[in-house]
Amino acid sequence: MAHRWTNTLTRADVTPEPLWLNRRQVIAGALGAGAMASIASPALAETLEPNTWEHITSYNNFYEFGTDKEDPAANAHRLNTSGWEIEVDGLVDAPGRYSLTSLLEGVSEEERIYRFRCVEAWSMVVPWNGVELKDILDKVGVQSGAKYVAFETANRPDEMPGLRYPVLDWPYREGLRLDEALHPLTLMATGIYGKPIPNQNGAPIRLVVPWKYGFKSIKSIVRITLTDQEPATSWNMANAREYGFYSNVNPTVSHPRWSQASERKIGGGLFNRRQPTLMFNGYEAEVADLYKGMDLTTYF
Amino acid sequence: MLIQWINTGLRKIPTWVLYLILPIPGLLVIAAGLTDNLGPEPINELEEELGEFALKLLILGLAISPLLHFTRINLVRFRRAIGVMAFAYVTAHFLVWFVLDLQGLNQIWTEIVKRPYVTVGFAGFVAMIPLAITSNDLSVRRLGRFWRILHRLTYLVAILAGLHFIMLSKGFDVEALAHMIVILAFLALRVSKWRRGLQSGLQGLRKKLIG
Repeated sequence: MAHRWTNTLTRADVTPEPLWLNRRQVIAGALGAGAMASIASPALAETLEPNTWEHITSYNNFYEFGTDKEDPAANAHRLNTSGWEIEVDGLVDAPGRYSLTSLLEGVSEEERIYRFRCVEAWSMVVPWNGVELKDILDKVGVQSGAKYVAFETANRPDEMPGLRYPVLDWPYREGLRLDEALHPLTLMATGIYGKPIPNQNGAPIRLVVPWKYGFKSIKSIVRITLTDQEPATSWNMANAREYGFYSNVNPTVSHPRWSQASERKIGGGLFNRRQPTLMFNGYEAEVADLYKGMDLTTYF
Repeated sequence: MLIQWINTGLRKIPTWVLYLILPIPGLLVIAAGLTDNLGPEPINELEEELGEFALKLLILGLAISPLLHFTRINLVRFRRAIGVMAFAYVTAHFLVWFVLDLQGLNQIWTEIVKRPYVTVGFAGFVAMIPLAITSNDLSVRRLGRFWRILHRLTYLVAILAGLHFIMLSKGFDVEALAHMIVILAFLALRVSKWRRGLQSGLQGLRKKLIG
């Protein structure tokens, strides 16, 4: 069911952009299985200023369109998102090839303002529009043997010039443990700032797992597989020492080549101050339970 | 005849002109950074632009000897300004990294040690310091023969700079590799037997074409 998590970020500091913003009453609340948010708690409410549309859509890592940050914005227009279909297979009751519209039919869409933290140590705040992944999975019926959800990005050489280079093992693949996939925070995003999600941000539908490094939030999804084996993920295949399956944001576990203790939020200009990285990207209260008893330096 | 005309013209240009012209690209990109015209990540962008211009000046400095040997065009007078300006750009590049990017004295040593491309870059910067300090007439007089030997450190600096660029690039970067190839070519031309071989080859070619 939707709305199991509400933004703890207020809209008090709306960026002065001529964009449609839904001024929903934001309530900080407790999470529970199916519990709705309750009374506003001033101590929990925090102001997270979303980054501008321009920055969100012009600074991207989407290697299928080139490895420079400006490449996706320059080249992603070549991706044809009309008639998008997603193959759902594996341990599900209703496998098949779904059109995007049929997959989203009857599923409640909402706005989620999330922190987004790239493994490269920069971050943004993005006002996503989307649906809970759980609602989609409930629709197709997850069978009891399933332990993981695997995803695949579109792999279209004639539309994606970056596929020419074996920078990664194409198609781009990602995966989550089933409890991570069913978590209230896990979103399938179809829009940003109330507008349809641009191609360079992963149109027409992408995953958003805000407590993990950004590369886990796979873009332009064409396949969802329910499986009982931990799925192979592209960055882990490229460099297992640097990119683990979990890749939870963790300031105490450094990347082999750089520290993850701090980050730079995009948009701060030339004299931008670094800010300390938060455990689980600030979603510790919501997700720490998923990893109780796990050694996070081993399972990074 | 053409070469003589060019050289005569070049002799008329005072070397201090370079100290006026060469800082301009750097000042322009700093101004762009201060006016928020360098995109979403101005710190990285400024670092990159300053670094690339430093590398290009290093390569230009390395080109002067081969240019003289093969075309007789004489830019040797300008080499000091080019070298000093290259050092200025490298210093600016380093300061942007140190002050604006890292923002922490304790972190800098970890970065230099743990990130190989930073190690290489920092080593190149350090190697440039004695060269910058001795880029004046007094040092040339004082050091005599040793000045020439010391300034061959430029070759090491250029290789470290080219490596730094390659190591920080993602995957297969054509631009970084192209710079390295040019650096290696200009260095190879200093190996006298290779230069002599190339020179005689070019002479033979010229005789064939012109007669």
